[in-house]
Amino acid sequence: MVKEIERAGLPVVHICTVTPISMTVGANRIVPAIAIPHPLGNPALDLEGEKHIRRCIVETALKALETEVDDQTIFDVKY
Amino acid sequence: MAKIKVVHYVNQFYAGIGGEEKADITPELRVGTVPAGDALNKAWGEEAEITHTIICGDSYFGENMDKASAEIMEMVKSTGADMFIAGPAFNAGRYGVACGTIATNVKNTLGIPVLTGMYVENPGADMYKTQIYIVATKDSGAGMRDAIKKMAPLALKLARGEKIEASCVEGYIPNGVRVNLFEKECGAARAVKMLIAKLNDKPFVTEFPMPDFDRVEPNPAVLDMSKATVALCTSGGSVPKGNPDRIESSSASHYGEYDITGVMSMDGDHWETAHGGYDPVYVNEDGNRCLPVDVLREMEASGRIGKLHNKFYTTVGNGTAVLSSKAFAEEYAQKMINDGVDCVIMTST
Repeated sequence: MVKEIERAGLPVVHICTVTPISMTVGANRIVPAIAIPHPLGNPALDLEGEKHIRRCIVETALKALETEVDDQTIFDVKY
Repeated sequence: MAKIKVVHYVNQFYAGIGGEEKADITPELRVGTVPAGDALNKAWGEEAEITHTIICGDSYFGENMDKASAEIMEMVKSTGADMFIAGPAFNAGRYGVACGTIATNVKNTLGIPVLTGMYVENPGADMYKTQIYIVATKDSGAGMRDAIKKMAPLALKLARGEKIEASCVEGYIPNGVRVNLFEKECGAARAVKMLIAKLNDKPFVTEFPMPDFDRVEPNPAVLDMSKATVALCTSGGSVPKGNPDRIESSSASHYGEYDITGVMSMDGDHWETAHGGYDPVYVNEDGNRCLPVDVLREMEASGRIGKLHNKFYTTVGNGTAVLSSKAFAEEYAQKMINDGVDCVIMTST
């Protein structure tokens, strides 16, 4: 789906847990997530803690969309 | 048993007529062989023989496919051959397409066995590999000997109507038909051997090849995020509570489009996941863990982004066919473009 969105002309970032799959499938801007059942959260943290990591991931995703890339790129998240 | 009569199709180059400057020659039927045919005859000995060769220019065929195909079909029929062989075409695109097209036509109309050979990336391979046997060859004519070595025995088997073994045994390009076979070693032994080879940087052949995926060039970056409309999409199955559109928990047949105007957070009272491929407890509890609406609303308020698009697109990625996903996204990408979306965040579990 990421690739079809890209093909249609929209810049797209893929936030996903299993980044090698995203690489194989062909996403160009990739941001690693936390875990398969909660990619943008962590039930082990309190609500504020969870929101913090979510903010960090989404911020990285926005930065990825603001960055020119020539090739598939994984943008690591700073927490 | 009588010698099997074979008719062979080649292009202008393998007939020794010429290169690109002769690629427009019209189909011609000759008695006898060209060098590639000689090699096949030699490999077959007394079993089979190419009696006729049909030659056609690659450009002529490419530009007049229907006409050329019909002309060639008449020629094949007139020879009364028991079998038809085309190429091998290696990585020559037009030649490969010609070989595949004619061989498939001959098989379907005349009902005689057919065989061709080409490099796996030849466009003709993808077009016809599920319809006819195509021997996997190297990417240039330098692989002729190797190609003949595989094509000659497979051609005999096909002509005699013998059982065709798996692609890894016979050397044809996998055609999607599964053939059961017994391995000498058990799976554990084979897996350990593969692992050791991998650790030592030695070549090994996977028994579970990943499908080939094509690539798309990245789009330019978003210049001013503070004015951009950002849309959310997910393969994580986020849906309104109760899954009103009944998106399947696996092998989804459709996607959902849901309005989030005024929604500040994907709370568990109103949202859930339809996904059957991961433990849904955490996302059902707090849907922002899959679709980060809450933080994007904050970023919208602070001016980090222009706005969050008022619709999101969702499906269940679990076991969903690549072709379905492709069709879903093709469709909703257009909707997003029409709605003025500037960029997309896709989340996957």
